[in-house]
Amino acid sequence: MSIFNGENVFTDFVEKIGKATQVILKDLRDLTLLVGDITKTSWYVIKHPSKLRWRDVGYYMDLCGSQALPIVIMICFLMGLILAFQAAVQARKFGGEIFVADAVGFSILKELGPLMVAMIATGRAGSAFAAEIGTMKVNEEISALETMGFSPCRFLVIPKVVSMLIAMPVLTVFGDVSGLFGGFVVGVTMLDLPGMAYYTRTIAVLYPSTMALGLIKSVVFGLLIAIVGCLRGFQSESDAQGVGRSTTSSVVTSIFLIVIADSVLTMLYTFLGY
Amino acid sequence: MNNKRKPIVEVRNLTIGYDRQTVMEELNFSVFTGEIFVILGCSGCGKSTLLKHLIGLYEPFRGEIKIFGESIVRADEDEKRELMRQFGVTYQGGALFGSLTLAENVSLPLEEYTTLSREKIKERAYEKLALVDLQGFEEYMPAEISGGMKKRAGLARAMALDPKLLFFDEPSAGLDPITSAELDRLILRLRKELGTTIIIVTHELDSIFTVADRVIMLDKRTKSIIAEGEPHDLKKNSDNDWVREFLNRSNLKQV
Ligand SMILES: Nc1ncnc2c1ncn2[C@@H]1O[C@H](COP(=O)(O)OP(=O)(O)OP(=O)(O)O)[C@@H](O)[C@H]1O
Ligand SMILES: [Mg+2]
Repeated sequence: MSIFNGENVFTDFVEKIGKATQVILKDLRDLTLLVGDITKTSWYVIKHPSKLRWRDVGYYMDLCGSQALPIVIMICFLMGLILAFQAAVQARKFGGEIFVADAVGFSILKELGPLMVAMIATGRAGSAFAAEIGTMKVNEEISALETMGFSPCRFLVIPKVVSMLIAMPVLTVFGDVSGLFGGFVVGVTMLDLPGMAYYTRTIAVLYPSTMALGLIKSVVFGLLIAIVGCLRGFQSESDAQGVGRSTTSSVVTSIFLIVIADSVLTMLYTFLGY
Repeated sequence: MNNKRKPIVEVRNLTIGYDRQTVMEELNFSVFTGEIFVILGCSGCGKSTLLKHLIGLYEPFRGEIKIFGESIVRADEDEKRELMRQFGVTYQGGALFGSLTLAENVSLPLEEYTTLSREKIKERAYEKLALVDLQGFEEYMPAEISGGMKKRAGLARAMALDPKLLFFDEPSAGLDPITSAELDRLILRLRKELGTTIIIVTHELDSIFTVADRVIMLDKRTKSIIAEGEPHDLKKNSDNDWVREFLNRSNLKQV
């Protein structure tokens, strides 16, 4: 077929770039509109707090927060374990076993805790948001909301954003603690450090601000996950496969944006001297 | 019937469609207060599309739609929302909120737009559900009831605020003949007791002849209205063969 025809390969290539650009521009436009809508509605909700769907906030806090707790604790504990193990192998070479506490402490609090929690939340919450809104679109529920004079943003987006903003830092605190504990377990068993020494070292090198930096990250990630999940839901085509595709793409986009945001924040922190 | 002839919905030079195709061109019609107005046409000719434009979900390519004398085409977001909450809409598939029970679905507009107490709201929701024969199912989730029941619950929700204007998309499709006839009676009763203006999209010929004051018939080929008038009159006197045939099908059915 045309694959062997040099000219067509080139035009195909240009066409693909053009199409991709169109998609990106459309995404950006939709994103801008959604963020604008969220800003406007948030302001309205701040002025009229009774207009927030508190019951939905509770539901999503449960879904994205408490139900995710066991997996967050387990994954972060294992991350701490793995991290300490790798650090221990290196630290042993020059007899600096105690610095494992530093390595684990900083990596978990500033980086891996928020990141792991964000990945779990993307898989759990982000995909659920996209699927939920996509299905509502298929069932004409979104249209019904609009013609009842309700703002879909206030009903569907704001509760998700609010619950993510609350749930993410809380989950991250739990993740941080279990990560540190994972490091502690390796320190005490594999490196034969006295438990008290590991504990004291950890407390000595970490400041509350170290954890705060990670928590700020987690809040940003939570916002991204909620917005991307909702955006993909609203963009979903009105059929079952469309909902499936939008769910997938919400996860992929969220992970991509989270990694970008993480890099930016890390650079910013370094630049500001933290 | 109402002789004041005050238009509640006015459509002027309306051209509608989707990205790839125009569905209807240059439509002109009015619906008068207290009227039961039926939109007819074959499947896929654009009845639902027209309805969705009338209620302001989509923007028309050209033309003007006035509801209660106000343009829904040129209204900004807030004006549109204000306008929308003054009428009720049912969708072809019910469009109930899946995370809420039937009673909660019906209560939602009451909670948001009235200052009624919680008990009063519940009472009102139960009452509306009883009106469409759904007593006993108030605390069911939409996923636990049948398609026809969803449709009826959608009707109850549309009527929650007793709006002056109702839009029904195929209210009786998929209902059994008895329920369907009861629905027709309900529609007539709404008009008689509350003076509600009702715009219906339907295929059910029995129901057209029972309830409709006036119909318009859409044609896919010419993308326009090919007939407008009183259904019995059109059935006998229309100069268009296709229109007569469409409406006379009911004779076959009624035998
Ligand atoms: N969301 C959409 N995007 C693009 N085209 C659409 C969309 N919905 C409907 N159409 C097209 O518009 C035309 C009219 O569809 P519409 O749903 O209004 O028909 P209808 O008269 O309501 O049919 P039915 O009686 O089967 O419900 C069809 O040709 C259809 O292909
Ligand atoms: Mg239709």
